[in-house]
Amino acid sequence: MITESKNGKTSESKRRKERLDRGIKARADTIFALTSYREALYLLFPRALVVVGMLLVPLVLDTYWTKVVVITCVIGILALSWDFIASAGMFSLGQALFFGLGGYIAGILNHYLGWPPVMTIPVAAVAGGICSALLLLPVLRLRGIYFAMVTFILPLIGAKIIEATGLLGGIAGLSALTPLPNLWVAVYLIIIALIVCLFGFRRVMDTDYGLVLKGMMDNDQAVMASSINIYWYKAQTLFMAASAAAFAGAFMTHYYRFVGIPVFAMDYTILPVASTVVGGVGGFAGAVLGSFILVPLCEALRAIGSWRIVFYSFLMVLFVVVMPEGIFHYMARKYHQFERWVTTE
Amino acid sequence: MIGMIIYGLVNSAVFVLMAIGFSLTFGISGIANFAYGAFYITGAYVCWHLFNSLGLYYPIAIALAVLASGLLGTLVYRYLLFRIRGISLSEVIATFGLGIGMLELYRSIGLTGHSYKLSVFVEGAVEVFGVYVDYQRLIILGLGVFLLILLWAFTHHTRIGLAFRGIAQDEQTALCFGIETENISVLSFAIGSALAGLAAITIMPLSLLAVEEGGNVLILVLAVGIVGGLESTLGVVVASLIFGFSQIIMATYFSPHYSMIVTLAAIVVILAVKPSGLFGKFKELEERV
Repeated sequence: MITESKNGKTSESKRRKERLDRGIKARADTIFALTSYREALYLLFPRALVVVGMLLVPLVLDTYWTKVVVITCVIGILALSWDFIASAGMFSLGQALFFGLGGYIAGILNHYLGWPPVMTIPVAAVAGGICSALLLLPVLRLRGIYFAMVTFILPLIGAKIIEATGLLGGIAGLSALTPLPNLWVAVYLIIIALIVCLFGFRRVMDTDYGLVLKGMMDNDQAVMASSINIYWYKAQTLFMAASAAAFAGAFMTHYYRFVGIPVFAMDYTILPVASTVVGGVGGFAGAVLGSFILVPLCEALRAIGSWRIVFYSFLMVLFVVVMPEGIFHYMARKYHQFERWVTTE
Repeated sequence: MIGMIIYGLVNSAVFVLMAIGFSLTFGISGIANFAYGAFYITGAYVCWHLFNSLGLYYPIAIALAVLASGLLGTLVYRYLLFRIRGISLSEVIATFGLGIGMLELYRSIGLTGHSYKLSVFVEGAVEVFGVYVDYQRLIILGLGVFLLILLWAFTHHTRIGLAFRGIAQDEQTALCFGIETENISVLSFAIGSALAGLAAITIMPLSLLAVEEGGNVLILVLAVGIVGGLESTLGVVVASLIFGFSQIIMATYFSPHYSMIVTLAAIVVILAVKPSGLFGKFKELEERV
């Protein structure tokens, strides 16, 4: 089945590059017809590579780079959460809100009530998800940039309120919280969380439920016309995505043993969006790939110091304009298609 | 009391100056320029360098800086936004990333400290109804009113201005009437950027030239645009008056911290309760909800 063809770059000879889908692709991008173990392996290989690779990575790295992996996974989860609500048609500029809510809830439970991390992190994930969904409930009917504006502003309000009222530790924040047992627990907890989020979100989008979410992105009027309450679906989507981000926030609170105004900072918004855009929006694998490219790259370029955000931002702009599909979708296409030069008249 | 009214008016004029460029660009080409704060700082920064590093005559430095802002807007539109026109999410990501990147770049190359201060146009102060107001604030007030009148005259009584409004209403139909929509969009983006530069050069002498202002300006501009209803000039004026006076009142009777919270909360409340803004029209409502 010929899906796409382009003219070759050399103009003097009449050659063009022919792209053929591999035979197992049956109907759509996600539906395959498998006839042998070899073909099953062909599909399983990239997925297994991700899982095994991630689980093995802390074993071969030293302490410093293991810490980098932790940060990478946190940004990866935020990016997945961003990608998930984006695939339901909601465009957020405020992952820091979800992240910060989770972080502060865990901090409050630990600091004032003395709960151990094994209880605060799950409670903060669920409560953070519920709080985020409730906060955004009044503005769910907004579209596009107007929703983005609200999500952009809410974390700023959160930071300003804490700064102005001095509640919850004020500018100093809550410190000396209970740490996680050791780095091994921390790194495997966050890696497993990332894997669960990645494959969980992918699974959700493949079900009929996910079809409704895709529909909301493509044409919300049509979904409403099918007598589906899109606001209820949007609230559920927000809860799921915000829970993942709040989990990351709660994790970071215990990892750093500190929670303060920095959790509402622009970093936690711009890094996930940049990662997703570089890796490729939609399909979730791009979000993870992007964060695994960007965060370690910036650690390696640590000498540039405060130029970090400059680098991120301009890279994001570059990708949006020049390569809007992102790295992952490009790689996936190469993996799933044969390419060959053919001569034409 | 009279002092509060005068300073409230001046503060409102500050808002009008800040917001008018953003509102113009958004109203006409539909691009929400999240890099507006960065353009604002760029205008002031360029002006400072032209005046202090090159030693140009101050009015010439101002004129060149405003032109440079306009040129920056043109280049950004031509080489970045032109390729992703109409995909609103990509537009937001591109302008947002560009804005953050530019502001952080200025921070990295050391645009901080007390040496960065634009000088006022005219030194001195004058007594108005028993309140001392410096000339710079009066200039801001005058320029705000002047720009509003100019913009109104421009969009109602010139060919290009009418083309602007035509595109704002319906781009396809405007194209059918022989209006080059792309050229007009570039122009609106360039004028919006130039106005950002002009606003910065006029307002910045009141305080230090700081990178943080860029983020604040973006938020205030979004606030004015959303509360007033975008592309409605009357809305910009009314929202500016509301924010201008509420900020002065909050700063006088409460802590200045709260004035920002009021601004931010106003945006969220307006979007939740009346998404079209105070003076928005039905067309915008359709886009927002």
